[in-house]
Amino acid sequence: MTSPTGNEAFVVFDHVQKSYDGQTLVVKDLNLSIGKGEFLTMLGPSGSGKTTCLMMLAGFETATHGEIRLDGRNINDVPPHKRGIGMVFQNYALFPHMTVGENLAFPLQVRGMAKAERESRVARALDMVQMGRFASRRPAQLSGGQQQRIALARALVFDPKLVLMDEPLGALDKQLREHMQFEIKALHDRLGITVVYVTHDQGEALTMSDRIAVFNDGRIQQLAAPPVLYEQPENSFVAGFIGENNALRGTIEQLQGDKALVRLQNGEVIDATAVNIRESGQTTTVSIRPERVEFKPDLMPAGAHTVEAQVRDVVYMGDILRARLNVAGQDDFVMKYRNTLGQVKLSPGQTIRIGWHPEDARALDPV
Amino acid sequence: MSNALDPHAAIVTEAGGLDPGGPLRTADGQPLTRALARSSRRARRRAFLLVLPLLLFVLLTFLLPIGQMLQRSVKNDGFSANMPQLSAWFHEHPRGTEPDDAAWAALAADLTAAAEARSIGLVGTRVNYDMPGTRSLFTSAGRKARGGIEPPYREAILAMDEKWGDPKLWSVMREASSAYTSNFYLAALDRTRDDDGNITMAPEQQQIYVKLFQRTFWLSLIITFTTFLLGFPIAHLLATLPMRKSNLLMILVLLPFWTSLLVRTTAWMVLLQQQGVVNDILVWLGLIGNDQRLQMIFNQTGTIIAMTHILLPFMILPLYSVMRTINPSYVRAARSLGATSWTAFRRIYFPQTLPGLGAGALLVFILAVGYYITPALVGGSSGQLISNLIAMHMTQTLNWSMAAALAALLLGGVLLLYWVYDRLVGIDNLKLG
Repeated sequence: MTSPTGNEAFVVFDHVQKSYDGQTLVVKDLNLSIGKGEFLTMLGPSGSGKTTCLMMLAGFETATHGEIRLDGRNINDVPPHKRGIGMVFQNYALFPHMTVGENLAFPLQVRGMAKAERESRVARALDMVQMGRFASRRPAQLSGGQQQRIALARALVFDPKLVLMDEPLGALDKQLREHMQFEIKALHDRLGITVVYVTHDQGEALTMSDRIAVFNDGRIQQLAAPPVLYEQPENSFVAGFIGENNALRGTIEQLQGDKALVRLQNGEVIDATAVNIRESGQTTTVSIRPERVEFKPDLMPAGAHTVEAQVRDVVYMGDILRARLNVAGQDDFVMKYRNTLGQVKLSPGQTIRIGWHPEDARALDPV
Repeated sequence: MSNALDPHAAIVTEAGGLDPGGPLRTADGQPLTRALARSSRRARRRAFLLVLPLLLFVLLTFLLPIGQMLQRSVKNDGFSANMPQLSAWFHEHPRGTEPDDAAWAALAADLTAAAEARSIGLVGTRVNYDMPGTRSLFTSAGRKARGGIEPPYREAILAMDEKWGDPKLWSVMREASSAYTSNFYLAALDRTRDDDGNITMAPEQQQIYVKLFQRTFWLSLIITFTTFLLGFPIAHLLATLPMRKSNLLMILVLLPFWTSLLVRTTAWMVLLQQQGVVNDILVWLGLIGNDQRLQMIFNQTGTIIAMTHILLPFMILPLYSVMRTINPSYVRAARSLGATSWTAFRRIYFPQTLPGLGAGALLVFILAVGYYITPALVGGSSGQLISNLIAMHMTQTLNWSMAAALAALLLGGVLLLYWVYDRLVGIDNLKLG
């Protein structure tokens, strides 16, 4: 499923606020609509309010203010068991005293489904996650990845309208996590379900989501598709949180439409794309992705702006090389370049000219 | 090892000496298994020495005395050791033999000897256990026999007291002539032996022990159940409240532990007696008339209330320790899967608390079965438990054999229940912390 079509507002957060202690807001004025069949990820550091939003949607927390609607219906006062939302928990929450089969049959049982239908549904759900042979095992006898699949199957077995996932892959090792990312994504595409996924892992968010809502400080900082989020971050937090980012500090010299001239700390003036700055004279942070920085003149994009840089060190990372440079008096400028055959060898102390296209230099709010 | 200072040289030499086909050897050529046994033997010996003081302590102060006590339930040589000749006659002549001249002569000789050794009281006490009212028969005979008994013995002894001719007495003496007897167990089960040595029920008004065992187990079950009813919500609160509140609650739970048992029990007397606080409040509220004050203490109700209170922490603490480990996401998962909060509790939460519940129930039940002080103080006559009777036999009737038999039966009953529990639930499912 790509961008949401048809039902644009399957899940709606309408001016939702949440406070636990009456002193501070954990979620500040959240407005979000999720389309049917969409895979939406809530991404953010811990304490940013993303899990609270998920819990409010699941019904385990109540919104202090505002309205949450599911399929057009206000669900603020609907208890969790009547919402028909499947949920995958961080620690899987498979019932330890039941077998895998009983775990999967549980949601069907409490819905009063007949035994025969129950069994066929459980078998189908287990086959869906390739765990058909494990119905009689106990959760404790399964590996982390297997438990993860069972938790997924259990959240899907009763055909919920919406599935919530709360950092479901957090406990798995890297390889298994990447494998499960693809499996969850494939299941989503095949079943056409709506998924709200919470994670603090940006890689996970980028690979799986239709749209990502980046949370910080109780607000959505940016809500966009992964490429937009990565290439056109709207503020410094998003630029810094998603992927690796160079932040050059400076002041706005001139502002004209979406073009800005920025004077860096060493006095040099560069072109940049204005994003969330208002007036000249304002301090700013210019964000440039390390892989959009070039140092070989023949590969320099047309219209590129070049500056002088001194190599501090070069780290070999296998597929790429990562050079730390001094640019405009800042020592933390990073450039990434591919480890191709016959690649130029940079050595510490060497002075080079680097450049980037002004479109890739985004003048954002100061950090 | 030409050069001891060079470690590399040593390694090379020994590696060369290693025979790949034979048993593995250590660096200096010993068989590996022997080296392993020796190195672990030292560790084992040290571990044993560490536990030795406790082992000796338990052995000397616990196992030996209890073993000896239990031995008393089947062994009492008060008669056989002090009446050797008559005991010998009983052994030679089968049951049903009328006492002949030899028997009377043996009796006379033993009475005289026992009177002289001043052990006639022990003999009388032993016979008195099986046939109440006979101790004085022996002691007075002992006094009269001090100067010796002249033949014909039968007539001389009967002249002391007609009761010496009672066939029941002779039957009882025959029973007592053997140091080992099952009579105490029979008595503890309200059974007795008739004149022919057959096991029969004791007379109706003497049947107290079986009823008391039943009452003890029944009251213990009730107490276990009430501690569960009261303790389960408290344990749940303890496990789920925020740290500060749960710590405060924990102190309240533990406070009774730090108060003297006697004080707590006496407090219940103050509260529950007819002119006590609870009755006063009920009268004041008009729920009962002043002349209808409830009898809530010095009966079974008193025992149940006071013991439930005293044993409550033993239910709460194991439950708490298990509940604390139950992740709240289980119940959340159940709720999100469509279960009502009651179903989530019944199907998901409660089953996971069973190990703690089992441990708590077993702990409370076993403690309740053997409880002594509280029923003694607040139980009145209908709230007495078997341990009160054991104490009575220890301190008042001084029939230690009987006390030992009752205690052994109690122990056996608890072990039986433990075994049943193991078969039904499994002891490895218990969780105390």
